[in-house]
Amino acid sequence: MTEVLLQVENLRKSYGDNVVLDDIDLTVAKHDVICLIGSSGSGKSTLLRCLNLLEQVDDGVISFGGREITDPRIDPRAVRREIGMVFQAYNLFPHLSVLANCTLAPVRAGGVGRRDAEDRARTLLARFGLADKASVHPDQLSGGQQQRVALVRALCTEPKLLLLDEITAALDPELVGEVLEIVRAEAEAGMTMILATHEMAFARDVATSVCFLHQGRILEQGPPAQIFTAPREERTRAFLQRVL
Amino acid sequence: MSSSDLTWEPSPREQERRAVRRALRRRRGLLAAVVTVTVFVALGLVVTSSEGWDQFKALFLSWHHAKEAFPAIAKGFWINIKMFVVGEILILVVGVLVAVTRNTVTPWLTPLRIVAVIYTDVFRGLPTLLVVFVICIGVPALRIEGIPTNVTVLGTFALVLCYGAYVAEVIRAGIDSIHPSQIASAEALGLGRAQTTRYVVLPQAIRRVMPPLLNDFVSLQKDTSLVASVGVFESLFAAQDYGNYNFNYTPLLVSGLFFLALTIPLARLTDWLGRRALIRERGR
Repeated sequence: MTEVLLQVENLRKSYGDNVVLDDIDLTVAKHDVICLIGSSGSGKSTLLRCLNLLEQVDDGVISFGGREITDPRIDPRAVRREIGMVFQAYNLFPHLSVLANCTLAPVRAGGVGRRDAEDRARTLLARFGLADKASVHPDQLSGGQQQRVALVRALCTEPKLLLLDEITAALDPELVGEVLEIVRAEAEAGMTMILATHEMAFARDVATSVCFLHQGRILEQGPPAQIFTAPREERTRAFLQRVL
Repeated sequence: MSSSDLTWEPSPREQERRAVRRALRRRRGLLAAVVTVTVFVALGLVVTSSEGWDQFKALFLSWHHAKEAFPAIAKGFWINIKMFVVGEILILVVGVLVAVTRNTVTPWLTPLRIVAVIYTDVFRGLPTLLVVFVICIGVPALRIEGIPTNVTVLGTFALVLCYGAYVAEVIRAGIDSIHPSQIASAEALGLGRAQTTRYVVLPQAIRRVMPPLLNDFVSLQKDTSLVASVGVFESLFAAQDYGNYNFNYTPLLVSGLFFLALTIPLARLTDWLGRRALIRERGR
């Protein structure tokens, strides 16, 4: 095991009486690609949102880079600057061009010069086949293109950890590939990622570890080869039978 | 999961965090209180220690004159209330109709669209007082049969004309802010254009523009006083009248309190309605 980047212990999150996450433990080392699988409502998205401090946890500790980030005295913005996140619905800013979407955070929150931010954004856009889209507005792009822009936007802040929340769930099957290619490339380049996904084949391919969530708990975790071929838990097996 | 619900106790770390959050909250609350008190006490001191404070008190804060003028102002305020209750309903109707007309696409309605554009351009641009004068004095002078000559009615009509134009633009902004995908999905369900506007676009648009809409209505409530200029004895006029006879301006402030007593609860009510709708939609 290499250096631990993110450590989650006994995480609990509830909305009123509804316990969404319960007793979650998760260790993420640098260069890990963790896939969260499980049916809708199992808590995958909430877990990702908790890691980014978009939700206040009810109990447990999250440490990022050796520092407890669930401490109320910590500045959540400083944490989020080091974590990138991509959402299912892209969440691009419709009033900004693609390039401006990508440079907003580095320039305003990251203290990067405009020239440098634009250079980096253009390089990434070009690498992912979006070089000619820099000046258009997001609503003029296809879903796959928009999600690729959202990925580039997240990468422009040079995050240490990338959270991907079912980023292909809203896409046509034929567009899923172009988005996953970027994710794969980033994984191979060594980016640490946690992704909630329904793409089992992809999870099997790129994950270093797969977590099966059921009713707010990590019921089973292991390397993809084990989870997908010889799951220990009956419920994991039942879930995989339904989706594979 | 229910078993763990019952057994769950916040861990020591969580309790510690809650204590820290409480302390942070307390510190923010304390800071807010100190800043607020300091600022307001300082302002109060500046005003009350000024040279003319006693004179000001006699002229504007006389309990005796407040009591004396109260009945006339209250009676006048009833006129203000009638004007803006009727006015607000009509303005909303005019505003919605004009806004919707401007957004139609049928070639048949082109003349109406032109009228709507000219109407908003003209009545937004004219000073309200001018419109009140022209309508309240000019219209009766025409001596057309069947047209009311009551200045309160005509004054309300003038206000509806002016504010209808403002409100139409506010509502149009709301309509334009609804994402095209909403219209597409309504039309995909087989709704016609009018139905789409009525059941999908307008409800969302109106809610979105509630704050500026309220702005215009509060502004209207105050502008009902403009009819004083054509001799309607509404509350501000009554207050001014009393002041001119008794050389004391306390009644003006009394009249002001009447207006505030109405607009502040209205603002809180719309805030509350908006928040409730938001909570219902987002689930938390």
